[in-house]
Amino acid sequence: MKQKTIYDELKAKGYTRREFLKFCGIMAAMMGLHRSGVAQIAEALETKPRIHVIWEHFQECTCCSESFIRASHPLVGKILLELISLDYDDTLMAASGFVAEAGKDAAIKENYGKYILCVEGAIPVGSYGYCTCAGRSALETFKHEAEGAAAIIAWGNCASSGCIQAAHPNPTSAKPVHKIISGKPIVNVQGCPPIADVMAGVIVYYTTFGRLPELDNMGRPKMFYRNRIHDTCYRRAFYDAGLFVQSFDDENAKKGYCLYYMGCKGPNTFNSCGVMRWNDCISYPIQSGHPCIGCAEPGYFDQEPFYRHIPSVHGIGIEATADKIGAAAAVAALAGVSIHAVVTNIQKRQLIKNEEEFPVKKDEVDGN
Amino acid sequence: MRSVRRNLREVYVWQIPVRFFHWINAACIIILCITGYIIGDPPAVQHSTEAIHNYWFGWIRLTHLGVGMIFVVNLLFRVYWAFAGNKFARWNQFIPLKKSQWHSIFETLKVDILLLTHHPVYDIGHNSLAATTYFGLFILSVIQALTGFMMMFVTTNNVAEPATTHMLFGMDGFFVVRYIHHFLMWAFILFMIIHVYLVFYHDYIERNGIASSMIGGWKFIREDVVRDFEEDTKSSDIDDAELKLQRKQDE
Repeated sequence: MKQKTIYDELKAKGYTRREFLKFCGIMAAMMGLHRSGVAQIAEALETKPRIHVIWEHFQECTCCSESFIRASHPLVGKILLELISLDYDDTLMAASGFVAEAGKDAAIKENYGKYILCVEGAIPVGSYGYCTCAGRSALETFKHEAEGAAAIIAWGNCASSGCIQAAHPNPTSAKPVHKIISGKPIVNVQGCPPIADVMAGVIVYYTTFGRLPELDNMGRPKMFYRNRIHDTCYRRAFYDAGLFVQSFDDENAKKGYCLYYMGCKGPNTFNSCGVMRWNDCISYPIQSGHPCIGCAEPGYFDQEPFYRHIPSVHGIGIEATADKIGAAAAVAALAGVSIHAVVTNIQKRQLIKNEEEFPVKKDEVDGN
Repeated sequence: MRSVRRNLREVYVWQIPVRFFHWINAACIIILCITGYIIGDPPAVQHSTEAIHNYWFGWIRLTHLGVGMIFVVNLLFRVYWAFAGNKFARWNQFIPLKKSQWHSIFETLKVDILLLTHHPVYDIGHNSLAATTYFGLFILSVIQALTGFMMMFVTTNNVAEPATTHMLFGMDGFFVVRYIHHFLMWAFILFMIIHVYLVFYHDYIERNGIASSMIGGWKFIREDVVRDFEEDTKSSDIDDAELKLQRKQDE
């Protein structure tokens, strides 16, 4: 029997040709493809079968899944789940217990070397007790599934860089995907959670072109993580004008001034929030009056507090910042040189008053 | 009037390029520290005009980036001069590879920093401890320049952008790089405090005109120290300072 293509499945679900092409158009626009890209996507979806996906949840909060099933454009949201054959996802599937595990094993065996492994959450490499499912530790499960995967998609900050689990002091020794295995194509879809349309874009790209999109050296798809939020922020003009919100309830906040002073991490963060926005392109944190917390950057949870531009220094004090430490060191240096000056005047007084004889060297000839 | 020491000789130590480098570098560091601090912690300058009529934060950043460029070019020039300049400006003054330099570092530590003895250590150019510190400052400057470029070039079309962005992501992104850049500013401030104090100290104790030497280039050095130095360097090629000394002697 001929394997059903994605388009066949969509047709069977009652989608019209018009809706299908609309979806292809939206995806091409989102990925920044040329107009011919629409046709490429359409052709791929018409000829290729659905890709098999194993979706694992390790140390996470499921916000990536929540984001994924809420893809902003309603059509995208509906079609997205038809694009993939979700063979295992312990949050979304109906099966449970032994049946679920058996299904997963069968799917892995059947599609060995072809399926995509989606990982949500960081993986604790310390004690197994922190994350064990169906009698297997997260690490064991992950390594087993990664072996036969064609590619690994690391959803969100947890799987890409550890997020809150790996934040100081990282009690469970949580590690992101790319620090555990190598040799497999891994894409880090950063964010906490990633924007749903970005997740959709990565899936559609893989379906269309059969490979992962172009990545930067942090493993993020360039097409979505090329710019900083700062570069695409509509409040950028206030930044350059030096007009900053001084507190959340002041007049400047009402006027929509720049939130840099309130600790906005937009200048540090590569993501598409400023362009794609969230929830059907309604808004993004800065537009809602809240500074960006930099959730698409590695180690952002260590950059606390969120509401200050300069983060605290761990291990020295709760409120120690680089500036406070630097100022303290400068004061200490000033005190040090003052003391040094006093001691110099005591210790070297003979020298200062010129009462010191020059130490005459042996080879002194002219006897001065 | 008291005047005791007679046997001092004038020695031309700092050539014009060295002096220019020093003062340009000093000015750059001060401007960069001030503008950099403002960028990190902007003051509340409130005004009632619209954003399009204002650009003060932009100017601060422009100053920081522009002066940063001057700082880097100046630094590159100094690297060139470390190979082209006179004995006191040479690269091997700054990197303690010889045993005698390490000996001199410990001597200087004992005499000038810990004040264990009141006999001064006499050097013509930098003392070895100071020179090593300047090498450290050079390393800091390079790190500061690189981290600065990483943040400056990102998302631009600069030719260096792919390389700097690669480095930026290789270092785990902006948080880390910004942090290093910010912390090192304080290292420069600490250096300035101690550096200026020690110049005063040496000028006060040794009376060799060290403070003014960075303006005029000349120092007053004890005759026997100069003679020792001349003997040490006789074999090697005669540089500026020695030529000038020769001329002085001939007069």
